[in-house]
This record gives sequence, C-alpha cells and structure tokens, in this order.
Amino acid sequence: MTECLFSGMLAQLPLAAVDWHGLFFLLFAAIACGAAVMVVLTDNVVRMALHLVVSLVATAGLFFLAGAEFVGAMQLMIYVGGTLVLLVFGVMLTAQTQLIALKTPTGDKVLAGILGAALFAVLVQSAVSIEAWRRPGLAEVAAPTATPLGMALVGVRVDGGDPEAGRRPPSGYLLPFEIVSVHLLVVLVGAAYLARAKRRRTPRTVELFASVESSTPSRVDAGAGEPASSVLVETGR
Amino acid sequence: MAEFLIETIGLPGWLAWTAVAGVSAFLILNLIAGGALVFIWAERKIAARIQDRLGPTRTGGRFGWLQSLADGIKLLAKEDLMPDGADGLLFRIAPYVSFCASFCAFIALPFAFDVVGLRLNVGVFFVVAVLGLEVFGVILAGYASASKWSLFGAMREAAQVVSYEVPLGMCVVVPVMLAGSMDLVTIGEKQAGWFTNWFIFHDPFTFVIFWVYYTCAVASVNRAPFDLAEAESELVAGFHTEYSGLRWSFFFMAEYGSMFLVSVLAAVLFLGGWNGPVPVASLLGWSDGTAVTAPYAVRLLGCANLMGKATLGVLVMMWIRWTLPRLRIDQVMTTCLKYCTPIAALMFAGVMLWQLFLPGGLLPGGRPHAAAVREAWLEGEADGAPVQEASVGFVPAAERQVVGVSR
Repeated sequence: MTECLFSGMLAQLPLAAVDWHGLFFLLFAAIACGAAVMVVLTDNVVRMALHLVVSLVATAGLFFLAGAEFVGAMQLMIYVGGTLVLLVFGVMLTAQTQLIALKTPTGDKVLAGILGAALFAVLVQSAVSIEAWRRPGLAEVAAPTATPLGMALVGVRVDGGDPEAGRRPPSGYLLPFEIVSVHLLVVLVGAAYLARAKRRRTPRTVELFASVESSTPSRVDAGAGEPASSVLVETGR
Repeated sequence: MAEFLIETIGLPGWLAWTAVAGVSAFLILNLIAGGALVFIWAERKIAARIQDRLGPTRTGGRFGWLQSLADGIKLLAKEDLMPDGADGLLFRIAPYVSFCASFCAFIALPFAFDVVGLRLNVGVFFVVAVLGLEVFGVILAGYASASKWSLFGAMREAAQVVSYEVPLGMCVVVPVMLAGSMDLVTIGEKQAGWFTNWFIFHDPFTFVIFWVYYTCAVASVNRAPFDLAEAESELVAGFHTEYSGLRWSFFFMAEYGSMFLVSVLAAVLFLGGWNGPVPVASLLGWSDGTAVTAPYAVRLLGCANLMGKATLGVLVMMWIRWTLPRLRIDQVMTTCLKYCTPIAALMFAGVMLWQLFLPGGLLPGGRPHAAAVREAWLEGEADGAPVQEASVGFVPAAERQVVGVSR
C-alpha cells in the first residue's frame, strides 16, 4: 500500500513528463557548442586545448546518447586522446612568451567572423533544407546510400548471399583494404628513410646552419635528421 | 535492476534509472577510493618487506591497518597551496580530469557475469580509449604548475603514454580476436570452465602476449620502473611537485585506480575474468538454477574471483616497483618501440595463424572450433537466450556455466 502511495506521489511530479533524452541531448550539445565558442574566445593556447577537449568529449557524449558507442569511443580515442595529446605536446614545445597570450589583430577577427558566419549560414541552410533532418525521431531509416563496393570496403557485402537459402554473403574487402593500408605505411616509412639518407650535407643546409651559429658537421646531421624522424612519428601514430 | 524497480515497486522509469545509476556510481567510487586506501597500505608494507624494514606499525593495531586513513585525514587538513605563476583554472582542474578518466573507464568494466555498470558492445575499446585520457590531466598539471620539474614530468609522461598505447592496443586486440567480440562480458564468458580455457593458456603466443600486455600496462599507468613522470630522485615529484592536500590525493587515487583498472582488464582479457581456475559452481551444481540463492552466490564468487586476480596483478606491480631500478627515457622508448611493439605484432600474427590451423589446440578433442563457438553464440543471440540486459540483477544461471573461486 505504502509503495503504491509512494509511486503515486512520485508520478504527480512534473519530472515524469520530461523528455530526458532530449534534455540530455540539449545539455551535451550546449556544452559542445559553448566550449567550441570558448576555444575561439580564449587567448591562451593551452586553455584553448582544454576547451577543445571539453567540446570533443561532449560530442562523444552525444554519440553515446545516440547509441553509437563505437563512434563515441572512436571519438574519444582519436580526437580527444590522440590529437589533443599531440596538440598539447606541440603547444608546450612552442610555448614561448608570445604564444602564452595570443593577440589577434582586429582585421583578422573581422575576416574570421565573416568567414565563420558564411560557413555557418551554409551549414544551417543545408541542414534545414533536408526534410528528413527536421525531426530526427520521425525520419525514416533510408536504404544505405553507399554503393555495394563502398559497403564491401567496410566488410559488408550487400550483393551475393541468400539468407533464405542459408548461404552467407561473401566476405568483404576489409582485409585487402587493410593490407593496402599497411603497404602504404611501409612506403611512408621507406620514404622517410630515403629522405633522411639523401640529406647529407647539401651546401644550402650548411649555409643555413652556418648563418645561424657556428656549425659542426655533426650538428648539421642532427638537424637534417629531424624532419625524417618527425615523419616517422606521425606515421607511427 | 531498473526493470526490477519499475515492475516490482512501481517506480517511475526516470527515478528507477537514476537510482540504478547512483548506486553504480557510488559502488565504483568507493571501490576506487577504498581500493586506494588498501593498496597504499599494502604498498608500504610490501616496500618495507622488500627493503628489510617494518613499514607502518603504530596506527590501528599491530600492522598499521589504519595508516592510510590517518594519512587521508591529514591530507584533508593540509593547506592547499598554489604557486605564484600558476594558471589557476588549469591547476585546479587537472586532478579532477585525471580522476574522472580513471573513474569513467570503470563504468564499462564487468566484475561478474552481469555485474557491470554499463554493458557496452565495444567495452574493450571504450576502456582503452578512456584510459588514454588520464594523461591529459597530467599534462595540464605539469603545464599549469609553472615549475620546471612539473613540466619535465608531464613531457615525459606524454611521450611515454602516447608510445605505449600502440603495443597496448595490439595486445588487447588478441583476446578480442579469440572471443570474436569487443564486449568484455562476452570475452569473460568465453573463458568459462577449467583454467585451461583462459586465454593466457590458449596457445603459446597468447602466453607471451599477456606479459607484453602487462609490461605495457605498467608503463601506461606510470609505475616504476616506468615512473619517469614522477621520478622522485630526479624531478622532486614530477608532475605533482606543486600539489598538496586533497588535490594531490586525487592524483594518487587516479594512479591506484588505474593500476587496479589495468589489472582487472588483464584478468578479464587473459586470466578468465570471473571464472575461477576450477569451475566450483558448476561442479557443485549451483549453475543449474535449482537453488534460489545460487545466482547470488555465483555472482559473489565471481566478484571475489576477479578482485582476487586483479589484486594479485596490483601486488605484482608493487613487487616490480620495489625490485627494479628506474629506466632512462631512452630505455623506456627502446622497450616500447624495439621490443614490445614488434613482439606484440609477431604474437598477433602467431595467434591468427594458430586460430587458422590449430583451432582445437594441440590435443585432439580439446576446445571446440572458435568459429563454431562464435556461430553458436550468434545463433543464441538471434534466439534471445544468452543476451541479458546490462544491469546488476537477478538472472537465471541455467543457461550458463558459471564457476567459482578456489583461492
């Protein structure tokens, strides 16, 4: 009896009528947009990075809210985890006094404002003009727009296979695709290696270093080695 | 549990879900905080033992049980200092960022078959992704402290964690491949039965890759011999040099939380998860669903089992910390790039070939074909039998083989 009374009282609360999904969507969206605006308005590079992280995490929250857990985890892994660690890394290596507090000239601000407003207008226009996007809840799930080849590249074969006869569709091209990717990685590493071997002591580098400070051959080598190793680091990521 | 509240007590849906979320968050938070207290005490005792001294002896009886609690009270009462040139906002926010990352990863971690905060179908991926975020708090702390020691520590940590994510990810993929799922619950259930079913004993390659995983896990949570970010003999205290009081203790809790996290992950991925070495529950007939209390007992045993394995992992980390000297930064990078990554890649290829050519193991009539297991699982999923809702609740254990602890 008391239980029923209790639940009845709770049901009287207006909270039960709240659309919680929509509320959380608005919350995360507001955090994402607010943090994105803060990225633009802040003048400290590291704080910008922090706001960017908040914005990206909120976006990941939107993905989780939509039930797309893989995309959400991807968002965390790639954008928040990888990119921002590298960003902060780079920022701190270049954290000179003029970068601690960035001052944007007024002309740049106006230019950026016009550009941003134009892009925003285009995005809003295209988003609103599509009928199916106006009410996401009512939008019918359309047939996949990717071609059969595109689907096969992500491992799903829509052609072939007969579920009624119990025959499974043939496997897609995901593995060949990945193998090609690894080959490209090997090519990149090889290119980096070759580029490094070639850059011995071109007169220009020597000249460059000599103009900066009195250089020894070992310094030149060390300086020439840097671009190649940075390529390697990027490939490794 | 939410369904139980809605149907039995008649709570409105939003309140039921909020209550369930609150209970889960409360349990996880207390697990991290309480675990940190116990582990800090254990670490001090183990360190003392290894260094041939006594460690804490006075507070709370003969073994100094309450030393961590006393330290906690001391930290609460400590003055919260901030250096002059520090970036106030970032300095204050950094410990919480670290702690939140550690806490969030626990959400997707299963402690027994369906004792999991949120069952994600990409659980492994989520945990690894969130674990990588902890470094952000450390970087912020290092930058905002306006101290060269902190900055050095943070830079080292960034370089180290980013590098070690590569072999760590490669090791984590192996159990995913064997289980055919990224769902941590499914991966744990695939290892049910005797301890020979654990993925570490699946084939020689997985045995090797477990140790690679463990090395990378130690490195990714910044424990000695990879504790270059702290390096108290070189950098005072590294990234938390300027911190004191409660903020500092948040870093500490995040560290111990992460240690426990990677150990639980190791247990779930390689050491059978909540399945004990001997399937006690199924031998006793508890898993046939006849006894009313059995499902609870089985879950409790599973939790105890997983906690035992994870604690063992943490204790081994402490043992390593107080045994090995700290590596130099170049040695850390060499270990990662020249040893861990190639070994992990080779073992990954080896496991793939093993699955292809020796799916049943070396002994005839051993394990069923992995693909067959997966097919059965998929069929079962289509029928709706073994798929349970992600909640801590009462589920008949008849369908599953659930095993207990013998530790």
